[in-house]
Amino acid sequence: MAKTHVKMTVNGKEVEALVEPRTLLIHFIREDLGLTGPHIGCETTHCGACTLDIDGKSVKSCTLFAVQADGADIRTIEGMAAPDGALHPLQEAFREHHGLQCGFCTPGMITRAYRLLQENPNPTDEEIRMGIAGNLCRCTGYQNIVKAIRAAAEVMNGADAKEAAE
Amino acid sequence: MIPGTFSYHRPDSVDKAVALLTELGEEARPLAGGHSLIPMMKLRLAQPEHLIDLSQIDALKSITRDGDTVVIGAMVSQHDLIDSGEIAASLPILIETAKLIADPQVRYVGTMGGNVANGDPGNDMPALMQCLDARYVLAGPNGSREVAARDFYEAAYFTKLEAGELLTEIRIPVPPAGHGYAYEKLKRKVGDYATAAAAVVLTMNGGSCASASIALTNVGDTPLFAEAAAAALVGSTLDKAAIDAAVSAAEAITDPASDGRGPAEYRTKMAGVMLRRAIERAKARAA
Repeated sequence: MAKTHVKMTVNGKEVEALVEPRTLLIHFIREDLGLTGPHIGCETTHCGACTLDIDGKSVKSCTLFAVQADGADIRTIEGMAAPDGALHPLQEAFREHHGLQCGFCTPGMITRAYRLLQENPNPTDEEIRMGIAGNLCRCTGYQNIVKAIRAAAEVMNGADAKEAAE
Repeated sequence: MIPGTFSYHRPDSVDKAVALLTELGEEARPLAGGHSLIPMMKLRLAQPEHLIDLSQIDALKSITRDGDTVVIGAMVSQHDLIDSGEIAASLPILIETAKLIADPQVRYVGTMGGNVANGDPGNDMPALMQCLDARYVLAGPNGSREVAARDFYEAAYFTKLEAGELLTEIRIPVPPAGHGYAYEKLKRKVGDYATAAAAVVLTMNGGSCASASIALTNVGDTPLFAEAAAAALVGSTLDKAAIDAAVSAAEAITDPASDGRGPAEYRTKMAGVMLRRAIERAKARAA
């Protein structure tokens, strides 16, 4: 089967490749680009472990072909920390508030929470719960995940306020 | 969970998409958000030889107002709907319904066109489109035609879409200002299809019901337009007797499957319960 040329930006870096049209984006990201942070959990659009941020949307990358992401701007969990390695406030908050146990769902949780806070910087607990309704945690750590997202929102809003004041 | 091989096409206009569909015939499928089609392809329950990706057709992505009609492009996502000021002002029931579909990630990608055109009885928008008397615009090799949502669905996954045709827009007449509305959906968890769901739009005049429209989701092979149920409400004060009559009439037309969501009898009863709640909420909202 003829391969298709794709070009996309992943964590700020331009990548180009030839892919089979049937290649799922999650496989391209993990196997071709070596970014194994996003996980394959259910592979049936339920669990959210493969969530990526694509052109300002949270997307389950097991249910998208790599060819559909041609031209897209993508961020994975690997692109959350600053270039100097400083963790994103969400990553800090998940660590601080024990927002993970086994950690399998965490890349998807944080990537989804990132977009949620971009759209709604000050969510209620209810809005956080509905916002991460597409991400499953089988350690049933939701309580601390919600706490971590709320804490990250406070830190991020504080940083915004500080920037605005300066 | 790897789909079979296919050729990938990405036309940038409706004309080109229709030309491809016509030329490639039955082995070609349009790809909208893909969140119904791709899971089926991963299971090899669908093995199209050609996918025609509609994502680069900008003409299918707008929400516009044409007089008393709201026109929604087939590639408008559920997320776009929820975010739309026009929809919030004129058709808030669409937002209430869209928020009950799947989960946030799926709503960013899943489209209105895919939801209504796929013919899946589990989808929520088809019954709502029947309730609102929407019309679908189908573009084909010989031009466009319109089909009413109430006539569109023939059986599970069978619709009036002909080979070579593409659903391009959904045209919804705006209900009168002050209308009451509700979409009530019983589901086992976030992301599930309905055990049963009911859409209601009604208007009140001097304490009595002046008009009503009702449709049901996932309690038959197709969405069900419940004409007799709605007729039972018109002219009443929406008192208990009228609502009981509407619920009975609605339950009578259901024919649900017994499955993981419950036995058929239970799902029929739940359709009645959802309808009762939807009528009560619509009544409370009506001016």
